[in-house]
Amino acid sequence: MLWLLFKTFFITGLVSFGGGYAIIPVIEAEVVKYGWMSTQKFTDIIAIAGMSPGPIATNTAVFIGYQMAGIAGAVVSALAMVLPSLLLVLLVALFFYKLNHNRIVQSAFYGLRPIVIGLIVFAAVKFALSNGLMNSISLHTFSLLAIFAVSLFSLIKRNAHPAYVIVMAGLIGMAFYS
Amino acid sequence: MKKKWAFLFDIFLTFFKIAPITFGGGYAMIPVIEREAVEKKEWLKQEEVTDLFALAGSIPGAIAINSATFIGYRIAGVAGAIAATIGVMIPTFAIVVCLSIFYLYFQDHPKVEAAFEGIRPAVVALIVFAAYKMRKGAVVDKTTFVVAALSVILLLFLHVHPVMMIALGAVAGILLISLKDKLGIETKVDDHKQNTDYFMGADI
Repeated sequence: MLWLLFKTFFITGLVSFGGGYAIIPVIEAEVVKYGWMSTQKFTDIIAIAGMSPGPIATNTAVFIGYQMAGIAGAVVSALAMVLPSLLLVLLVALFFYKLNHNRIVQSAFYGLRPIVIGLIVFAAVKFALSNGLMNSISLHTFSLLAIFAVSLFSLIKRNAHPAYVIVMAGLIGMAFYS
Repeated sequence: MKKKWAFLFDIFLTFFKIAPITFGGGYAMIPVIEREAVEKKEWLKQEEVTDLFALAGSIPGAIAINSATFIGYRIAGVAGAIAATIGVMIPTFAIVVCLSIFYLYFQDHPKVEAAFEGIRPAVVALIVFAAYKMRKGAVVDKTTFVVAALSVILLLFLHVHPVMMIALGAVAGILLISLKDKLGIETKVDDHKQNTDYFMGADI
């Protein structure tokens, strides 16, 4: 199990361009492949990772590691996630200090950036589907969509803090769904 | 020798203290790291640190952790890089583990289940918001718009693996730019300077 966690998050760490939410589909693909948890439970973990301080992708890895193999799993996942970055930073610092001015590197990023957006949109659609936002025409679906709309509005227009939005949505959930 | 260990411990402690105060993703850490490394500790000059952040954002992984590693390396070599990285990771790691334990205990409680029922759509909103915030730096012209749209289609309907998609994106970027260069179409590829509030690793 520990080796599997290490392998999974090492690869994830290696490709986490764009960080944060772009990396969710990568982790989700692996989690579902190994049958570690449902997409719905995975969404809960993203929520908690988003509320915690620090980078979301690393937080998610720690969370999954802990759920799968306790504290050892959490440590292995965190290290696996950060090891590729550490090695690459050292490599860049040693040899390619002008990396950002290289035209080939710049061209690669020219293609990578829109892919990052694509991955995030993909994550949004998948999560919307698996969490019942587009499933049926019912009062329940409507209420979920309302929470979605209000959250998005507060984030874009009101500059609300993500952690604040999650907490508010949780309180609304407690009030209406129990 | 003793002095070196003291310096490494200082690096570790500095980044250790930065981590817990930065709620809301790694990006929130950047200004705090800047203040500590440039103003308080005077480890680096302002220009150096700006370059470092741009570079840290180009490397896979969280920008905050990468920046810490970079700064650690610049001031104390490989040992400094490791000290800074571990320092910046431990507090958030500990908090997340505590939350995991909490979640394992209470996930089946009806009130907690109800809370998450409300939180899930908010998470979808957070993800859409992330795409919204990043779009300016990423979708800069018609070509990048097509690449972004195509990638969504490939991921959703042809089930291309996300890792494969990332590799394809880098290759597509190189091919597209060399093609455009041959056709004599000028393309701006270096947008780090124009979008100071946008980095590749900006995990909101």
